[in-house]
Amino acid sequence: MTTASVAQRSSAFARPTAKTGVWSWMTTVDHKRIGIMYGVTAMVFFVLGGVEALLIRLQLATPEGQVLSADQYNQLFTMHGITMIFLVVMPLGAAFFNYMMPIMLGARDVAFPRLNAFSYWAFLGGGIFMYSSFFINQAPDGGWFGYAPLSVKLPGHGMTVYALGLIILGISSTVAAVNFLTTIVNMRAPGMSLMRMPVFVWMTFVVQFLLVFALPVLTVALFQLLFDRTLGTQFFGDSTSNPILWQHLFWLFGHPEVYILILPAMGIVSEILPVFSKKPLFGYPVVVFSGIAIGFMGWGVWAHHMFAVGLGPVANTAFALSTMFIAVPTGVKIFNWIGTLWGGSIRFKTPMLFSLGFIAMFIIGGLSGVTHAIVPHDYQQTDTYYIVAHFHYVLFGGAIFGLFAGIYYWWPKITGKLLDERVGRLHFWLMLIGFNLTFAPFHILGLQGMARRTYQYPKNYGFDFWNLVSTVGAFVIALSILTFFWNVIKTRKRGETAGADPWDGRTLEWTIPSPPPEYNFAEIPVVHALDDFWHRKYVEDKEGRLVPVPAGAQEAAGHATEGYGGDDHGIHMPSQSYMPLIAAIGLPIVGWGITFEQYWLAIVGGVVTFAGLYAWALEPSTEELH
Amino acid sequence: MTGRNARRNLRGVWTALLTVLGLFLVACAKNAPQDTLAPVGPVAEQADNLFRPVFWIAVVIFFLVEGALVYAMWRFRRRSDADAPKQVHGNTRLEILWTIIPAVLLAAIGVPTVITIFDVAEKPVGANVVHVKVIGHQWWWEYEYLDVELPGGGNLKTANELVIPTGRWVDLTVTSVDVIHSFWVPKLAGKQDAIPGKDNFIKLRADQPGVYEGQCAEYCALSHANMRLRVIAQPSADFDNWVRGQVAPAPQPADAQIVDRFLNTCFQCHTLRGIGSGGGATTGPDLTHFASRSMFAGSMLETNARNLAAWLDNPSSLKPLADLPAGPTMRDYDLSQSEIDALVAYLMSLE
Ligand code: HEM
Ligand SMILES: [Cu+2]
Repeated sequence: MTTASVAQRSSAFARPTAKTGVWSWMTTVDHKRIGIMYGVTAMVFFVLGGVEALLIRLQLATPEGQVLSADQYNQLFTMHGITMIFLVVMPLGAAFFNYMMPIMLGARDVAFPRLNAFSYWAFLGGGIFMYSSFFINQAPDGGWFGYAPLSVKLPGHGMTVYALGLIILGISSTVAAVNFLTTIVNMRAPGMSLMRMPVFVWMTFVVQFLLVFALPVLTVALFQLLFDRTLGTQFFGDSTSNPILWQHLFWLFGHPEVYILILPAMGIVSEILPVFSKKPLFGYPVVVFSGIAIGFMGWGVWAHHMFAVGLGPVANTAFALSTMFIAVPTGVKIFNWIGTLWGGSIRFKTPMLFSLGFIAMFIIGGLSGVTHAIVPHDYQQTDTYYIVAHFHYVLFGGAIFGLFAGIYYWWPKITGKLLDERVGRLHFWLMLIGFNLTFAPFHILGLQGMARRTYQYPKNYGFDFWNLVSTVGAFVIALSILTFFWNVIKTRKRGETAGADPWDGRTLEWTIPSPPPEYNFAEIPVVHALDDFWHRKYVEDKEGRLVPVPAGAQEAAGHATEGYGGDDHGIHMPSQSYMPLIAAIGLPIVGWGITFEQYWLAIVGGVVTFAGLYAWALEPSTEELH
Repeated sequence: MTGRNARRNLRGVWTALLTVLGLFLVACAKNAPQDTLAPVGPVAEQADNLFRPVFWIAVVIFFLVEGALVYAMWRFRRRSDADAPKQVHGNTRLEILWTIIPAVLLAAIGVPTVITIFDVAEKPVGANVVHVKVIGHQWWWEYEYLDVELPGGGNLKTANELVIPTGRWVDLTVTSVDVIHSFWVPKLAGKQDAIPGKDNFIKLRADQPGVYEGQCAEYCALSHANMRLRVIAQPSADFDNWVRGQVAPAPQPADAQIVDRFLNTCFQCHTLRGIGSGGGATTGPDLTHFASRSMFAGSMLETNARNLAAWLDNPSSLKPLADLPAGPTMRDYDLSQSEIDALVAYLMSLE
């Protein structure tokens, strides 16, 4: 570190220095703390989205349900979808990108730590802004894909909040994506070539590309929607404009978005399977390239959400075929995961159970997905509960199971404590059973002709029985989530201490203490191989059998101590800052100002954001403290 | 991890898988008026013929892949922490194999799919074809019989129930006046979106007489769930009779008070051929032959005096309605009891 003070006190405030307490979190730029905040916030939204789901299921438990009014139901299913996609699955993915990705790369932080903090606060601001609409009983009620012209014509503030809220969340995700891309390209430890990156990091990489290219499409469409609603423009809203344009723009974002939701979970599972099978990932390069292939092909299938729109047989054919073929790289991944298990030595710890659950459920979602590509029959399926079944098998059975696998897997690294295995197993089995009870019946209901997004269904349509089963299942899921929280509470004080490497891990995060120090690595590790840490612990004999390296010999092998020990003297981490928080606070204020047409308030919000950004630009990233 | 644990896990997985499949199989046995698995018309049958083999292929793949997964979990469970499994990093031959097999399988599914896509997109031709324009409204359906001209000009318009002849192709032009809806009669055909400013095509044919239930399938706000419809298929001769009946104008009401009510209130939105209309604007269903339909209010309520009286008293107590930007929907017009009685008596006479 330089001795000359490069820092000038250019900001009006003294730099925050709190290391504990609320302000230490509000001003942190540490990727690990930001990751934790992402995770905790996403869990809070998961509970909210879950309560919405339970209310929906209560209403639908019996025909002609009276628990909710049509208006309440419409707000709840819309907010449930928005919450689960934008406020739960995406930020839970972001929690792991934030916390684990830099460590797995052997880095001390992300490329732009303050930008990272800003992403989080903008996400929180966007979420609070969306949810504030419940207080005036005007939450978005046009469905999560907000089809025009309905989204333009719906009275009340709901869909204005939808447009503004998603714009704010889009800002959050876009800057985060730029940040992570830069980090992965530039901040890999020496020797960490691209093809030595853990699959989770690879999938993170692909997801950030998808975000950077997909979100602008959505943002443009949202601004057009906002202008239609507030300024009276006519992009989508009347008979002279083209409401189909909205659908094209939305799904051009929306289809890559579903890969944004699922690829992180696929990355997590690809990390966990080898660890608990005591075998390397089968076909690492194939798994990586199929992830990239999915990322590319994901741009060519958007109109499979629009088969019944009347695009014509030629367009429907093209999108049917592209949709069928995206199943190929997806299947390849599944086969490679099974190949990883094959011949291994499988330990059924909780993270592994959730990973196996992920594969088993994702297969079902994938197969029903292929049946959607049978276009003439998709005319029957689309907008029914059959579709609702499909996307819950991929989003819940897939993404949520995969993310819980990640939570159980990395929990000991993050907290230093192991979650309880017995409670974890209970959580898993309750969730697996509840999940299938809830969503398997949707296949039947959909094929029997139950339309989605309907607040009531009549008697005598054959819908009664399976709806009741599904509602029971939803409460079993709720119980499983409570079990998880119980596990967290139970192990907080009395949990088993994890140590640095509780699972016999393969990647760099297991070389450092649990929880990691602020600077992650006292000495930046040098990477010699894929699964570098594993190769410090084991070698393969001539027959490819595993032989543990005796502790002393690790030194002889010449790289065992890297990343351990060393001393942390003189490591300067980026300084904390108020500015990302201030810049982000302005965003929901602008949102409220525009929603309620209080333009002075919008200007206040804009000034706050601008002031935050301005002061941020002037303050050095690392302030010399005296 | 012990073998007992692994076995317990295994049993759980199998139970879960079998439950899922069991649920599927039971499904086919049930009778439901909107069941896509029990198609009646040729269009729905064609879709079903495509779906069934794909479904069974999917079932086979499901068992193969889940079976491999579960078998691997059981066979390769850890027996001792000293296990030293062979470190296999991959296998190019296998990778190629499991890329090509699914690709070939999908191509095989793709061919009949594409053929059927073009098949169902083909317009029926001939003098026998019935042409109807289907217009979605928040939250009811309007049908304009393009082949049936009225004596006073214009085409025959009805609402909620689509009456068609059996054994003849019906060529539907689907559109909307407000937001996007989707026209769907599962037993006869898949759905087609009704989009403002766009004319979509769908065809159906019912080979057996009957009542086929359907509903709007694209979310269209408050009463989307109540935007139901019915297709009534009758033998061709009955259909022709029905058309003749519908073409006739409505009889004059005996009670002058009713005319007054119609002129001032109902005709803002409704039409009563031979008596008056809202200047050609169709904000609400044509009432000329109201009582000939078995259901009203978006095929949500059975047509009878009690339901009608309650509806006229306060429609939103029966069906969630809201002021719509596209035009006002029906509301409580503060009709007196005697007005309601007279209106009900008259409307119920409009066979
Ligand atoms: C307790 C767990 C859950 C239950 C019981 C549940 C239930 C439901 C139901 C019944 C609907 C259909 C509402 C309708 O069409 O009328 C729905 C819609 C939806 N759910 Fe879930 N869900 C759960 C968890 C999730 C999760 C974890 C995700 C995503 C990761 C998710 C994403 C969605 C989406 C995107 C929609 C569509 C919303 C729309 O139509 O606009 N759900 N859910
Ligand atoms: Cu509709």
